[in-house]
Amino acid sequence: MIIHHPLLGPRDAQEFTFLGAATLIERPDWQAEDAQEQFHDYLHLRDNPAGEHRELWFHETGDRSWLVVTRNTLTHEITNVEMARDVARQKGRSK
Amino acid sequence: MTQPNRLSGGRIDTGTALTFSFDGVDYQGHPGDTLASALLANGVRLMGRSFKYHRPRGPLTSGSEEPNALVQLRTGARQEPNTRATTAELFDGLTAASQNRWPSLRFDALAINDRFSNFLTAGFYYKTFMWPATFWEKLYEPVIRRAAGLGSLTLQEDPDVYDKGFRHCDLLVIGSGPAGLSAALTAGRAGADVILVEEDFLFGGRLNAETYGLTDTSTQGWVAMVMSELESLPNVRCMSRTTLYGVFDHGIYGALERVSDHVAVPADGKPRQILWRIYARRAVLCAGAIERPIAFENNDRPGIMMAGAMRAYANRWAVTPARTVAVFTNNDDGHRTAVDLMAKGVGVAAVIDTREDAPKIAGCEILAGAQVIDTSGRLGLSSIKVRRADGKVQTISCGALGVSGGWNPNVHLTCHQRGRPVWNEAIAAFVPGGDGPPGLGVAGAANGAFSTAAALASGSTQALAALDDIGIKGRAIDLPRAEDAPLRISAYWHVPGGKGRGWLDQQNDVTVKDVKLAHQENFRSVEHLKRYTTLGMATDQGKTSNMGGLAIMAELTGKPIPEVGTTIYRPPYVPVAIAALGGRARGAHFHPTRKTPSHDWAAQRGATFVETGNWLRAQWFPVAGETSWRESVDREVRAVRGSVGVCDVTTLGKIDIQGTDGAVFLNRVYANAFAKLAVGKTRYGLMLREDGIAMDDGTTARLAEDHFVMTTTTANALAVYRHLEFARQCLWPDLDVQLISTTEAWAQYAVAGPNSRAVLHKIVDPEFSIDNESFPFMACGEITVCGGLRARLFRISFSGELAFEIAVPTRYGDALMRRIMDAGEEFNICPYGTEALGVMRIEKGHAAGNELNGTTTALNLGMGRMVSKKKDSIGSTASEREGLNRPDALRLVGIKPTDSSAKITAGAHLMNSEGPVDAAHDQGYVTSAAYSPVLNSAIGLAFLKDGANRMGETMRLVSPVTNDNTTVEVVSAHFVDPEGGRLRA
Repeated sequence: MIIHHPLLGPRDAQEFTFLGAATLIERPDWQAEDAQEQFHDYLHLRDNPAGEHRELWFHETGDRSWLVVTRNTLTHEITNVEMARDVARQKGRSK
Repeated sequence: MTQPNRLSGGRIDTGTALTFSFDGVDYQGHPGDTLASALLANGVRLMGRSFKYHRPRGPLTSGSEEPNALVQLRTGARQEPNTRATTAELFDGLTAASQNRWPSLRFDALAINDRFSNFLTAGFYYKTFMWPATFWEKLYEPVIRRAAGLGSLTLQEDPDVYDKGFRHCDLLVIGSGPAGLSAALTAGRAGADVILVEEDFLFGGRLNAETYGLTDTSTQGWVAMVMSELESLPNVRCMSRTTLYGVFDHGIYGALERVSDHVAVPADGKPRQILWRIYARRAVLCAGAIERPIAFENNDRPGIMMAGAMRAYANRWAVTPARTVAVFTNNDDGHRTAVDLMAKGVGVAAVIDTREDAPKIAGCEILAGAQVIDTSGRLGLSSIKVRRADGKVQTISCGALGVSGGWNPNVHLTCHQRGRPVWNEAIAAFVPGGDGPPGLGVAGAANGAFSTAAALASGSTQALAALDDIGIKGRAIDLPRAEDAPLRISAYWHVPGGKGRGWLDQQNDVTVKDVKLAHQENFRSVEHLKRYTTLGMATDQGKTSNMGGLAIMAELTGKPIPEVGTTIYRPPYVPVAIAALGGRARGAHFHPTRKTPSHDWAAQRGATFVETGNWLRAQWFPVAGETSWRESVDREVRAVRGSVGVCDVTTLGKIDIQGTDGAVFLNRVYANAFAKLAVGKTRYGLMLREDGIAMDDGTTARLAEDHFVMTTTTANALAVYRHLEFARQCLWPDLDVQLISTTEAWAQYAVAGPNSRAVLHKIVDPEFSIDNESFPFMACGEITVCGGLRARLFRISFSGELAFEIAVPTRYGDALMRRIMDAGEEFNICPYGTEALGVMRIEKGHAAGNELNGTTTALNLGMGRMVSKKKDSIGSTASEREGLNRPDALRLVGIKPTDSSAKITAGAHLMNSEGPVDAAHDQGYVTSAAYSPVLNSAIGLAFLKDGANRMGETMRLVSPVTNDNTTVEVVSAHFVDPEGGRLRA
């Protein structure tokens, strides 16, 4: 596969390490009332879509960026690649 | 030597003779021959025995789709099994042997299997070797494997080099027949970067095998002209002997170039094969079509082959399988074989055409509406039996029979990403479905355009369309006039009736009857049919046989062929040797070797090295007179505890952390508190995974307000770094913190033992005080050594002794080690390796990889109270889960045998002193064990249920693997200096 890195252009997938669903960005609040439940869901419940999937890839042998790659699990077509940091900010994560 | 079946003409160099041998007999052939064509020229039709029934077989085809003529090529270390004689290029001195026969190809004892064929039908193994189950591994499988086999390996190291290569292009053209040449020329003239790959050693594809083709100009002349233009264009690369074996995601294509398969020994510096990864913006598949047989009784005798192959042998290689041949066809193309062979002076006894309206050929008997119903000839065809249109049976003598059941477009590569071919009734064949890999166009016969004119036109059109897609302007090229005959075919799959067997898959010995049996036993989907009968599962992947099998299944189920469908095609298109896939990553080059800065010094001292990850680390340093590793290790431990030792700890991961939020960041990635670590101090840190399981541990030093240096374990250096970047970028993107791995930037040595300070006094520059007051336990600082060299000093201890770790830029690592050794000479300083390091950390009860094993929590490790509940850190919430905090949770303890001479085995399990010994009564397990030269006893670290409250208990340590049964006492894991007085000295 080829991943179009937002900063570096097309890069071979071999340069990357895969982590999992991009929902891992949405780490729950540890002080929430139901924090234990929320962490359980965050850790263990994942969608397994036959189709579009947003997932985290790490450019390990490159610039060490975490990327959010939108990939179709049926065709491997990649329709979007974003910097994970930007996605995290969009989700309201900061410090 | 004469070649009795050699004709005139052909694309071979008859002026040069090549000598080769097959099964110990010498023959001659010519440059341009394949092993199969040369053997046929010498009158050899019998080339192998079938897989299951050991039936005599000869070549069915003239290409890589060959199921039968598999041979063992070459001898010695270069011997390779299962090579297709039809693609093996002849060279002088080539040695080949037949396979799967004993004692000889002509007389094969296991041909007896053929007599028992009634018992050996589809599903035979499943039905017969069911019981008793224990017999399978020891008896049934070895016997079956011996009987049903392919070639053998020599088990010698392959002496050749295999390379991997990477290429990029605008347009990849796969195949160099009329469509491929026209596509490549169109794109080449447009200035696009073009790669043209051709599986054969000659460019031209089917044009090399046909007399028809171009009408106004010489076919060979045109091919030569196009190739010479293509090869003159700097933007076009022509690769022959290169098979495109797989289409992968996003325009990545795998190709195997057989650089040196056609010579006895690769030329100096040349690899045997190269595995290419081609990145193509667009590609055009021009892979042509593969002819398919018609099944009839005993249609597998040597001499029976595809009509197109027979024609190719005659036209390209000037060879006929016999002096009198016949043709059996259901389409007009078969007639071309008769015409061409007659033109070459070969007798054509008859053309048997299943169609009532078969065309006529001058000077040749045509039996229209007839079928071949049986054949004879024990080791090669001698006659065929034909049922004529009037129902009468006629026997016709012939030494070879060309069979044509029509042509299947070579759709293989269009299906590598789950594309499904669609049925085209007009040509009675599957064509690419249009859902092939993105960016891959199809032209020519591969797309069902069978005439030469259509192939030429579609190649050019497809190339222009592909270029247009990527913004390259091209122009249509002038194409030569070519034959444009329509394909006239009437689908015909197998001759019905009769009691004998008609063969579909000749390599795996699957017959029409087997398909019927599968149907009868309800294995009717094509995927079930394939697995139940093994149809298409041989090394040829059913290129000539799958279509026939599913057509018969369609007939039996009463469904139309497209509804029955095809099985899934997967890479590789042809077998690819493991050596090619491995490339140069073999032996010592399987993975990179990382050497520590003191490696050369350690090697000079005769150290024994151990691989840890990719690193080579000194394991121990034997001295003269020592006879066992234990002796060396015990001495090293005593030396450290008694005076001073030095150990290379460079391999530990080092991560440089800078930024105003460094402390906040560390406080979140470590389970224990880090926010208030003072500048100039080091702290132990335990890192958890988000699920509360321990991930790694190490120390982090604060060199400045906004500058930290973290160490990780050697094994987890990469994973921890990745994890920290995840936390930094994905969880807390606005923290002011930067990370970089500096593992290889700093050489780091542990100097440990009561005299370590005295040694370092001689190394550290005098302006830096390292006495206990100004540089106490857990202090850290940036210093200079050896008269101004920048260095870092940490007062940390893994051994439990007064100890320091000193780091200098890597390039000074070797020199520093030698300086330390010189400085320590007066204290008998002792270099120690990973074994002594391990013994001492077990003596101190420090957790390492064996304890941080991916299942243990902070509580298990005895560090439960370290996990701060006052802050959010990765893993803190999940580590409070009830299941991880049961009262009887495993706790890290020490164990000691009551008999000090007894051994402790890591991995052994703890059982109560009384009661049953079984999994249900398991109390825990040993993670690390060592012999402690300080305690003169074996010691171990173990996880024990409720271990913290079981000190002093006597237990049994058992291992069903080693039959251990040792009585041990539960003790504190801190075997040596539990108060820690030594490291604070």
